[in-house]
Amino acid sequence: MAETLLTIRDLTKFFPGIKALDNVHLTVRTGEVHALIGENGAGKSTLVKILTGVYFPTGGTITMEGRELNFKNAIDAQQAGIVAIHQEASMFLELSVTENIYMGHHLRHPKTKRLDWKGMRERTGELLKQLELSIDPDTLVKNLSVAQRHMVEIAKALSLNAKVVIMDEPTSALTTREVADLYRIVRQLRKEGKAIIFISHKFEEIFEICDYYTVLRDGQYIGEGKVADTSTDEIINMMIGRNIDHMFPKKDPNIGDEILAVENLSQLGAFQNVSFSLHKGEILGFFGLVGAGRTEVMRTIFGIDKRNGGSMTIGGKPYAPKGPHDAMAHGIGFVPEDRQRQGVILSMSIGKNITMPQLGSLCHFGITNAKRELEVTKTYGEMMEIRAAGWHVDADTLSGGNQQKVVLAKWIGTNPRILILDEPTKGIDVATKAAVHEFVSQMAGEGIAVILISSELPEILGMSDRVVVMHEGDVTAVFNRREMNQEQIMRAALGETKEALHG
Amino acid sequence: MGEIQMKNTRDGNFLQRVSKVLLARREASLVILLAVILVPIVVRSPQFLSFTNIDRIINDISILSIVAIGEFFVILSNGIDLSVGSIIAFSGMASGMLNEAYPQVPVFFLLLLGTGLGAVMGAVNGALVAYGKIPPIITTLGTMSVYRGLTFVLSKGTWVTAHEMTPNFIGFPRQSFLGISALIWMALIVIVVTYYFSRFTRSGREIYAIGGNATAAKFVGVNEKRIRFMVFVISGTLFGFAGSLWTARYASAVNEMATGFEMQAVAACVLGGVNFAGGAGAIPGVVLGALFLGVLNNALPVVYLSTFYQTLVQGMIVLLALVINTMVDQRKTRKLLEQRRAR
Amino acid sequence: MAEQRDLVAKTRLIQETGWRNALIELFTKWEVLLGIIFVLMVVFFSNLSPYFLDYFNLMNATFQFSEKAIMALPMIFIIMCGDIDISIASIIALCAYAVGTASAAGVGTPGLIAIGLAVGAAAGLVNGLLITGFNMPAIAVTLATQSIYRGIAQAALEERAMTKYPAEFGFFGQEFIPGTMIPFELVLYIGLAVIMGFVLHKTSYGRRLYAIGSSPEAARFSGIKVKKIRITNYMLMGLFSGIAGVLLTSRILSARSNIATSWDLEVITLVVLGGVSINGGKGTMWGVVIASFLVGYLKFGMGLLKLSGTIMTIVIGTLLIIAVLLPRLLDGYKNTRKMRRQQAEAALQSAKA
Repeated sequence: MAETLLTIRDLTKFFPGIKALDNVHLTVRTGEVHALIGENGAGKSTLVKILTGVYFPTGGTITMEGRELNFKNAIDAQQAGIVAIHQEASMFLELSVTENIYMGHHLRHPKTKRLDWKGMRERTGELLKQLELSIDPDTLVKNLSVAQRHMVEIAKALSLNAKVVIMDEPTSALTTREVADLYRIVRQLRKEGKAIIFISHKFEEIFEICDYYTVLRDGQYIGEGKVADTSTDEIINMMIGRNIDHMFPKKDPNIGDEILAVENLSQLGAFQNVSFSLHKGEILGFFGLVGAGRTEVMRTIFGIDKRNGGSMTIGGKPYAPKGPHDAMAHGIGFVPEDRQRQGVILSMSIGKNITMPQLGSLCHFGITNAKRELEVTKTYGEMMEIRAAGWHVDADTLSGGNQQKVVLAKWIGTNPRILILDEPTKGIDVATKAAVHEFVSQMAGEGIAVILISSELPEILGMSDRVVVMHEGDVTAVFNRREMNQEQIMRAALGETKEALHG
Repeated sequence: MGEIQMKNTRDGNFLQRVSKVLLARREASLVILLAVILVPIVVRSPQFLSFTNIDRIINDISILSIVAIGEFFVILSNGIDLSVGSIIAFSGMASGMLNEAYPQVPVFFLLLLGTGLGAVMGAVNGALVAYGKIPPIITTLGTMSVYRGLTFVLSKGTWVTAHEMTPNFIGFPRQSFLGISALIWMALIVIVVTYYFSRFTRSGREIYAIGGNATAAKFVGVNEKRIRFMVFVISGTLFGFAGSLWTARYASAVNEMATGFEMQAVAACVLGGVNFAGGAGAIPGVVLGALFLGVLNNALPVVYLSTFYQTLVQGMIVLLALVINTMVDQRKTRKLLEQRRAR
Repeated sequence: MAEQRDLVAKTRLIQETGWRNALIELFTKWEVLLGIIFVLMVVFFSNLSPYFLDYFNLMNATFQFSEKAIMALPMIFIIMCGDIDISIASIIALCAYAVGTASAAGVGTPGLIAIGLAVGAAAGLVNGLLITGFNMPAIAVTLATQSIYRGIAQAALEERAMTKYPAEFGFFGQEFIPGTMIPFELVLYIGLAVIMGFVLHKTSYGRRLYAIGSSPEAARFSGIKVKKIRITNYMLMGLFSGIAGVLLTSRILSARSNIATSWDLEVITLVVLGGVSINGGKGTMWGVVIASFLVGYLKFGMGLLKLSGTIMTIVIGTLLIIAVLLPRLLDGYKNTRKMRRQQAEAALQSAKA
């Protein structure tokens, strides 16, 4: 008999300028796998951060087994039995699997207080066997694959006697076989009465393994229910809740000649035999699940990482960048995924950020010219409608949306021929999102070739003239705007089309 | 999943497999390097491996081992301690002066004094780093000057010579128990105790955690401030202990003693495979690193290099070790990437 | 025009947040604090010793710190980018050895200067290539080269000193600009400080240094050639160490292998004291120049009061620690104010909604 384990009511969270969560509800029972569904920016990760004690809620209640919870820090959450499976950032790479699981609560011999390695190793072995994993407890985590590290995280959650396990896109970097392993583990946890909050974009997963679902949109609670009683369409409806046409102002494309051709590009461990072509005025979408290799391909095109094989041409001439400056010299701009670490320099002013890529050309013999810089800043800053107290304000005071506008202004200022955008609307409020889409269409209309990496299907469908789908480093499909539909793209992204197509 | 690991070691013939396992551990590769270097030296001068010579080498590196272990804990936590020489000098000078002024004070107490003073100085370092949040390099840069200055103030500019100290004190390091000198015994005790600490206590392991991934460590409840403070107290204590031993061993306490010794301590750590980014390394490696330096220094005359070549050779060896460590790490990452593709 | 706009915005900001805030902002500026301490120090020493405010004495005192001050200039670039170099004193030793040997072989003054600068720049280049080429931590690499460079001098010179130098060579380190009492070293320092300050604050190179220090990844993504800049920084550091080496040798007309020991840490102290954050991305040339004069004249004043060199060492060490501790406390204070303001804003928003 399943009892209510965790109840969240009216959960609200404010950040300066953004209402991340607005009276959100969530109910999770024992022995239940509960899908938390929503687009990027719907509020899922904020919710998770509150549940794990990283953020404090502005309002609302969290109740577990009848008791109201008030976390002061991450440890409180853990002790209450809520554990989240993080990405790699929370492992100790130089330490063994055993130690990663036991750090913070090592077992000790009762009398001498000496660490009981034998005991810990045995218990870890048991845990791993329970999950049917053939990992040696003494292996150093740095020698494990991504999938194995995930599994160790799960084992760690179990060792902490977690009652609620939160998994955030757990299958993003796994092979089909590893995904099956994960499902098996999830089912086992369910049998043991644990509750799993399962965050995923992939509908087959949700329908395969989840019992209940809750949908969030723009920080609001939209609905919940039994997975068995609903359908993909219904869920998508709840997720999007709006007509796609309004969201993405798609201008009639004016597609010109080929400007970039990539042939059999490979990078060890990231992607292989990637080929596609890009035309002037075209918006080429790149879809795939996390870990598909899209960002890695773009980083190679932009000259950040080296390639191990293949070739590229721009405008017909061979292109082999020695670094980002080289790519920029060829007219390529790159709006990276990690806005705060790669896109803007937080401690510098908006003006300095915008002028950074073209600083050389704004200087006479290397000497900076404040007047010229201000002109450039104004031109592109106003073009992007950046809202701030002044151009001298530091970038870290801006909201995420405005920061992204700074990044866009910075690159548009270089007059690129090719503009690569990596998840440009991730974590941004709806208004700015629409503005970015409008802007991208405009750029394409003026003849700039645009590559748009996105994990949001609606965005890809709405914006792209063509779509390249990647899966685990391979290009699995290329679709025309006329032929693309959600299901086919998704299947290609899951690797279910065996042929790799060359666009 | 785990099968991928096993498949690798089953590849290749026996020799290849053995070398793969050996090279996997940094300490093992150091042993091999040591053996390799020893060969030409022993060939040229067979008495290099004589008991007296080995005894000399090990005595030489005893103090270095203790100091290197202290530095090890700091580097492990992703920091660095430049005040090594100054802490040694202050505690060494204090021990020497006490011995001169009150010859009846037992040796044990002199050692205790040095150790205690070192602990206090380490605590100051630790407080500034952990609670003042000053980066270790700046903190120890400052305390390095302060402690050295205090040494001068303590000694009022003079120094303590062999005649002014008791034979009990000066002779202590050489006293032999079961055929091994007291100095080596001191080092052995330190090694055993610190090894136990680093492998079998929670706090010891938490130092690895803080150094390896401070965010993750805090997430599982490790008290970062406490660990960072503790690490400097440990190093200070060991440096202080080494200071008293230094005065006894070299039968003198001068204001400039142990100047620049931080270089040797860090060199021993680097050679021993301690990672500057923190979170990786072990006591056996550090001791091996110190041994390596000891062998090097001792071998110089054998290859007809004057002791003036000591600094140069040490620097080159450390650089070589750094490059090797870096390239080994890069190869490992590459191998892991290849493994991923092999799925 | 840009300044006008900025000024308007700033005045509006002040009007909005009050004069009290503005004053706090001003007085917690590092350079201002240093300036205040400098003035206090001058007052202190001039009261205690009649010889302090003597023009000739003050000029003479600069000989003792000009070389270190010169080396602090490129060290700013290095630390600004998040790197460090503790081999600089050893580079001096290497240059001194090279110059001394060349001089003994009969090379004339221009050649000696060229050799000193070239050896320094080469050593710096090696540092830069090793660090960026193998991606190794700067502290570890320069720790090793610290031994290697000095080790070369030690192995070659052993206990000897090189003392043979052409007559004119002594000009640079000992003489004054003809007709005035201003030492050549001081003039050279000020000239170099002006140039380096200009580069740091008014050129694209300087702007890029700040970018690299603030966010190396974002800098790379903006097309900044991070590797090249870091190598250039180290080469400059080596070159300036060469300059200091030539000046020092010229001043004392002798070169031993233990020349300039502990200078590396002193120079770093000057830079950090000058307000440059050890993590990179923050700091000004003014701060370091004031800090250099501050420490230099502090030592001079203490010498006049017959305080031993050791007391000086203690004072400088303590000054360094306080200098770094203070801003952290101030930052903490500023941050709590900022957080309270943000919380108030957030509360206001939730009340509106």
